[in-house]
Amino acid sequence: MYDFDLVIPTSVDEASTAMKADGAQALGGGQTLLPTMKQRLAAPETLVKLSGLSELVGVNAASGTLSIGGATTHGQVADEASAYPALAALAGNIGDPAVRNRGTIGGSIANNDPAACYPAGVLGSGATVVTNTREISADDYFVDLFETALEEGEIVTGVNFPIPDAANYQKFDQPASRFALVGVFVAKFGDTVRVAVTGASNGGVFRWSEAEAALNANFSADALEGLAVDAGDLISDLHGSAEYRAHLVGVLTRRAVQACS
Amino acid sequence: MPDGGIGAPTKRREDTRFLTGRGKYTDDFTPQNTSYCAFARSQVANGKINSVDMSAAAEMPGVLATFTGEDFVEVGGNPAGWAIVSRDGEPMKEPKRPVLAHGKVRHVGDAYAAVVAETLEQALDAVEAIEADIEELDAVIDMASAVAGSGSLVHDEIETNTCFDWGWIEDNRAATDEAIKAAPHVTTLELVNNRLVPNALEPRASIGEYDPGTGDYKLTTTSQNPHLSRLLIAAFVLGIPENKLTVLAPDVGGGFGSKIYHYSEEALVLAAAKKLGRPVKWTATRTESFLADAHGRDHVTKIELATEKDGTFIAFRTETMANVGAYLSNFATVTPTFLHGTLMAGNYTVPNVYVNVKAVFTNTAPVDAYRGAGRPEATYSLERVIDKCARELGMDPVEIRRKNFIKKDQYPYASAAGLEYDSGDYDALMDGLEKTADLAGFEARRAESAKNGKLRGLGINAYIEACGIAPSNLVGILGARVGLYDAATVRVNPTGNISVMVGAHSHGQGHETAFPQIVADMLGVDALSVDIVHGDTSKIPFGMGTYGSRSLAVCGSAVFRATEKIIVKATAIAAHMLEDKPENIEFNDGVFSIKGTNKNVGFGDVALKAYIPHDYPIEELEPGLEETAFYDPANFTYPSGAYASEVEVDPETGKVTICSMVALDDFGVVVNPMIVTGQVQGGLAQGIGQALLENSVYDKNGQLLSGSLMDYAMPRADDLPNLVVDHSHATRCTHNPIGSKGCGEAGAIGSPPTIVNAVVDALVRGGHDVDHIDMPVSPSRVWAAMNK
Repeated sequence: MYDFDLVIPTSVDEASTAMKADGAQALGGGQTLLPTMKQRLAAPETLVKLSGLSELVGVNAASGTLSIGGATTHGQVADEASAYPALAALAGNIGDPAVRNRGTIGGSIANNDPAACYPAGVLGSGATVVTNTREISADDYFVDLFETALEEGEIVTGVNFPIPDAANYQKFDQPASRFALVGVFVAKFGDTVRVAVTGASNGGVFRWSEAEAALNANFSADALEGLAVDAGDLISDLHGSAEYRAHLVGVLTRRAVQACS
Repeated sequence: MPDGGIGAPTKRREDTRFLTGRGKYTDDFTPQNTSYCAFARSQVANGKINSVDMSAAAEMPGVLATFTGEDFVEVGGNPAGWAIVSRDGEPMKEPKRPVLAHGKVRHVGDAYAAVVAETLEQALDAVEAIEADIEELDAVIDMASAVAGSGSLVHDEIETNTCFDWGWIEDNRAATDEAIKAAPHVTTLELVNNRLVPNALEPRASIGEYDPGTGDYKLTTTSQNPHLSRLLIAAFVLGIPENKLTVLAPDVGGGFGSKIYHYSEEALVLAAAKKLGRPVKWTATRTESFLADAHGRDHVTKIELATEKDGTFIAFRTETMANVGAYLSNFATVTPTFLHGTLMAGNYTVPNVYVNVKAVFTNTAPVDAYRGAGRPEATYSLERVIDKCARELGMDPVEIRRKNFIKKDQYPYASAAGLEYDSGDYDALMDGLEKTADLAGFEARRAESAKNGKLRGLGINAYIEACGIAPSNLVGILGARVGLYDAATVRVNPTGNISVMVGAHSHGQGHETAFPQIVADMLGVDALSVDIVHGDTSKIPFGMGTYGSRSLAVCGSAVFRATEKIIVKATAIAAHMLEDKPENIEFNDGVFSIKGTNKNVGFGDVALKAYIPHDYPIEELEPGLEETAFYDPANFTYPSGAYASEVEVDPETGKVTICSMVALDDFGVVVNPMIVTGQVQGGLAQGIGQALLENSVYDKNGQLLSGSLMDYAMPRADDLPNLVVDHSHATRCTHNPIGSKGCGEAGAIGSPPTIVNAVVDALVRGGHDVDHIDMPVSPSRVWAAMNK
């Protein structure tokens, strides 16, 4: 690990100011950033620690919306997001207890790992990402592999999830990392269904619009019969071919729909 | 027998320190004034070193010394421990393995320079400042292309990538070919034994020290085999006299074979310590472990089984390409040959066996012995092809094995692959397996799984291994460059407690508990009054280390022999104390008595007398009570077993769930059943890891794709079923004094074919036309097999 300066702000305002410095990097739970730095693969000059900021921590449900502070750990979401059980279950199955006790929702979606679970939950729910400067809809937020709509220095302060009528997340583990080899989040709001897929695409998390259209018309696993995502844009690696991932997207979507009913 | 003797399931005494964080591993030692070493490792698999400019690195803050391959041109290389002769009579090709790469780098992770600095971070910074001009060449990765010889060479000077082309037994080749040609049925199977990264929890680490006042060197290192490291450093690499070099292997956090060998980093920290007059420490990162530890397995094999129509075996013929990586690690040449080919008759009365092994250099990390070492490769090939054959002949997999088992009245049995099995009872193991694994109830469980939409399969197999490595006279004929005896000194202290210095190193095997049980049993003392000393060449007479399930069978036998000598001498002392002749003294439960009388003296009083010999007949009796024995086994030992597993396959995703794993093993006499059960459980976890999860993959350019735990899947607790372990079906080893056969590798040898047999069985029963899936049987591979 290279030397770096550590800034421990006491408020989001202080953090925002600190993030304006050259080479400043926000530090959430550090579950990706710190191992990367230990391997000398990242060398931020300054880390701005967000995880101690109490105004960024918390899980609150009110009038159909679940609001989670950006520095809330996966463990806390798993324990406290009972208003949105599918999301609580997703959080409770990220990594292992050590990861869940440190890793944060803001850190996860700011990093936007193509195999992370939270991007599927955020996009699948049509949530709103709140930053220190604005609000960004999930559909605009996830841009590409490890790329988001966040500007330089922008901090994820929270995520607001509309609570669906029914939702389910199906994760198929990559055997080594236990990130999602494929993960599918299905959420149903009245007559509108959203299906978000993580782990599978070279472009990161995406919505499976054909499945959404079919499920809007008929919310049942049968409605997915004959539908398949195009394997052309999917990841092929040691753990599975693009064709296998495409197949899993179908299987997991069906299972998620079945689990909703 | 006192409590805690042979057969007692006492808790492991060493666990108190391990479980309370008081173990002391190499990296826990930081001698005063320690400096830190870091290595520059090749980023390319095959490269010509045009220049390595260390001048900028040497100017970096805190840098004390820098080294390149140039600095070690005059010293020796790290040798292979076993000379193999090819079928044409030519000796194997044995290119030099230098301390630091010189001229060429030969695998990603090959160290070509090193820096020693005041702090580790300074050393790492300086490594980044090294200016190396390394010209990338085409990498040699695929073994078949490497052997074909059309592309690059790993070692230009030997003009081939084939290390040797070995036949076993060459004289049986023609007869085997004939038998297969004439056979009514031949089953052929091509398979890959997947390459594994050992991944001990503790990465390798070494500390070199040099005392300018005495000229003594000390190496503290993560070794299963400290005397071997001392011998190789002394005789081959650095030329330090053995009497000036102490090698210390303190607590070691797992080895699984990867820490048997001498590695270049050990030589480097010693050379650097001499140069600087300061201790020099190096601790591998996990990344370095992946890139530069010896890997395991990596065979590509074609096996044929010829049978009569009724399933009677006629011949096994095997062709294997074995990857040895870029350099020959110490046991790399014996692992795919004598630890593999000699087992290719398995548990069976097959009359013809022939094995051809081509060892292949590639631009990958060295490959060497890993838990089982050659024997898992043999067992996997045999037990997979037998399963395929049974299916082709419409026979039950248990029945075809029973039909060909060596029967219990046939021992000693000379196998067609050149070994003489001393004891065993494979039918008894299979009887036990049928009962313990409830094979009769499988169909009902399969139907239940089917109701839940799952395909259930049953895998069974037998195995035999050759352990207790090894009789020196035999291995000498076969090309070993060392003897494979072991040694122990039993020192009875004046107050009657006992220190036993043993050549075997304990790094998870529980020697600190089990070895005292032997001494306690023989001397009738409390096992807790006996301690072993291991891992320090300055304290131990000699040793050949811990590997090949040899510690108890070989070093334990040395402990037994030394304890026998103690009893002989103590009897003479007791006779003196009781004023009678030694032949009139008997020794039972720690008490010496004159036969037929109640005149007696206890072991403790005899020990005290040995050291306070005020009234000794000094012409007849030496003071002291300490004896040393070297034990060289008369034969290998032959543990065997019968394993069963049931799996469920999710037909939609290909995911395999192991429902049950039952292991019945014959280890001969068991000293500590609890430790043995733990050893088998650990072996099963590693075998299941190989079968389901682990795979070390290089791309065509020689980059290690599975180079971290993010991509290399180690087995975790929730990957494992409840492991049923039973070692009650024991037949005694006939040629060592304890009667033990060894248990350390069994689980890793026996279980991979069990799992794959079960998965293939599930798919076939599910209506899929599948006869083999290579390990690891990952979800994606199973799905592909179902949807080909």
